[in-house]
Amino acid sequence: MILSLTKDIIPITREQDVVLLRNRVKEFAVKIKMGLVNQTKLITAASELVRNMMKYGGGGKVILEIVTKGRENGVRIQFTDEGPGIADINLAMKDGYSSGKSLGLGLPGAKRLVNDFNISSTLGQGTSVTILKWANG
Amino acid sequence: MDKIPILRMGPFLLVTIQVDLYDRLALDLESDLIQMVNKTNAAGVLIDISAVSIVDSFMGRILGNIASMSKIMDAETVVVGMQPAVAITLIELGLPLKGVHTALNVEKGMEWLKARTNDIESVNDEDDLIVD
Repeated sequence: MILSLTKDIIPITREQDVVLLRNRVKEFAVKIKMGLVNQTKLITAASELVRNMMKYGGGGKVILEIVTKGRENGVRIQFTDEGPGIADINLAMKDGYSSGKSLGLGLPGAKRLVNDFNISSTLGQGTSVTILKWANG
Repeated sequence: MDKIPILRMGPFLLVTIQVDLYDRLALDLESDLIQMVNKTNAAGVLIDISAVSIVDSFMGRILGNIASMSKIMDAETVVVGMQPAVAITLIELGLPLKGVHTALNVEKGMEWLKARTNDIESVNDEDDLIVD
């Protein structure tokens, strides 16, 4: 079972909030002694997802948590927006697909950088993405 | 408003990114740099990212854009000082930065630029100056 230890909620409304979020993710990762490479992967994944949230969802909120399972510690981040939602999640998860003008690496790339990746979306209601990275994952 | 300074050194432009980039800042840097290449007739652009702790797909795309835009403006671009963790992350993300020349540090980057632009005479022989 995964238990949540510390929790923080960060609203994302402006582009500069992205920098703030990255710093908070870094603090959480350092707190559980995550190595530099894993930290970088986690922050990069968070950066991709928060950009999606800004671009397609018009902002939203991010829930940051330190979680524990047995002797493992990790950082779990949930991104929730109330945007238009994603019509075809399988397509959105495909490398190189983008409904915008980007490279289409955001979602599939972020998934590769973390240990656990969950996405759910309802058209007209919004999208929620949860990622988890273990300190030694 | 934040701005990333662009320094002029002989025929080259130097950019050291010391702050956390958000998208607007990166886009401004892209357009400022291309304007400067045009204004100063620069033969090369060196971008130092040794202080940058993360490069995501957007930032990677900007670096690629700067390199290709400079190229069609007749200037070479080299990106130097990438941290190992950033390199590992970029590859796993699926962004191998094709078309962007990289060097380990500023010194090696400058050497490469000089070698690359060797046969091009310095167009402007004014003293080094700082422009924003």
